[in-house]
Amino acid sequence: MVYLTRKAEFSASHYYHNPEFTQEENRRIFGKCSNLNGHGHNYTLEVTVKGEVDPRSGFVVDLKRLKEILNHEVLDAMDHRFLNKEVPEFLTRIPTTENLAIVIWQRLAPKLTNAQLHRVRVYETPDLFVDFYGEA
Amino acid sequence: MKAHLTRRYWLSASHRLHNDAMSAEENAATYGKCNNPYGHGHNYMLGVTVSGQVDDHTGMVCNLTDLDGFVEREIVERFDHQNLNLLPEFAEAVPTTENLCMAVYKILRRGFSHAHLEKVRIEETMMNSFEYAGEGEGNL
Repeated sequence: MVYLTRKAEFSASHYYHNPEFTQEENRRIFGKCSNLNGHGHNYTLEVTVKGEVDPRSGFVVDLKRLKEILNHEVLDAMDHRFLNKEVPEFLTRIPTTENLAIVIWQRLAPKLTNAQLHRVRVYETPDLFVDFYGEA
Repeated sequence: MKAHLTRRYWLSASHRLHNDAMSAEENAATYGKCNNPYGHGHNYMLGVTVSGQVDDHTGMVCNLTDLDGFVEREIVERFDHQNLNLLPEFAEAVPTTENLCMAVYKILRRGFSHAHLEKVRIEETMMNSFEYAGEGEGNL
């Protein structure tokens, strides 16, 4: 089994707000992130896939194809977007880094046919990142 | 769904690697430059990884305010800008980064209850890093 990681970067804005909470609760739980006008980050995404090395190509996965999937499913959808307003999943879910990792996994997993998705890592800043391994 | 969250913090501290149970020659041979009698320092990068179910209402594994508050209060306050050799944690143990990892892990394990502690990683320099995930921890 060999693991391969591809990185990508995107910039997006978001805010944290749960309509079931009062304004005070939103403020207390989410702090500055609850500003309804939003704020932004430069995100770094690392997608790790795993598989056996194909004896003919020497590849775990066709990187060209992986890049196309990443571009289409993640970058086209999220780069320079307001996550709460432009990404359908976040119309009803809070775009925390945790949920971003889960949503990216859910977008990528069905598209990756030749390799198995192992981990999605999303850096919100260099000092904060979330890993999702597809665990229930 | 279960996710892992890692937060990085910074600590600057001095230390000297020296074991009283060894001869001067043994200390010098074992610890090299790190055995310099006056000590030296590092900017340590501390990475704390916690895990748990992502809460449906908040979208979070745990509130970063709780993690940051705990680490600032219990770890950064204790170790930052200190001489590690003089702290109680290192009264009996050499302040290697291995032992610092374990000391930080124990503090988190005992006191932080908002998410499951997965591991502690400390980078002593850009070239050296250490991780402790509680294996063989015994009674903390």
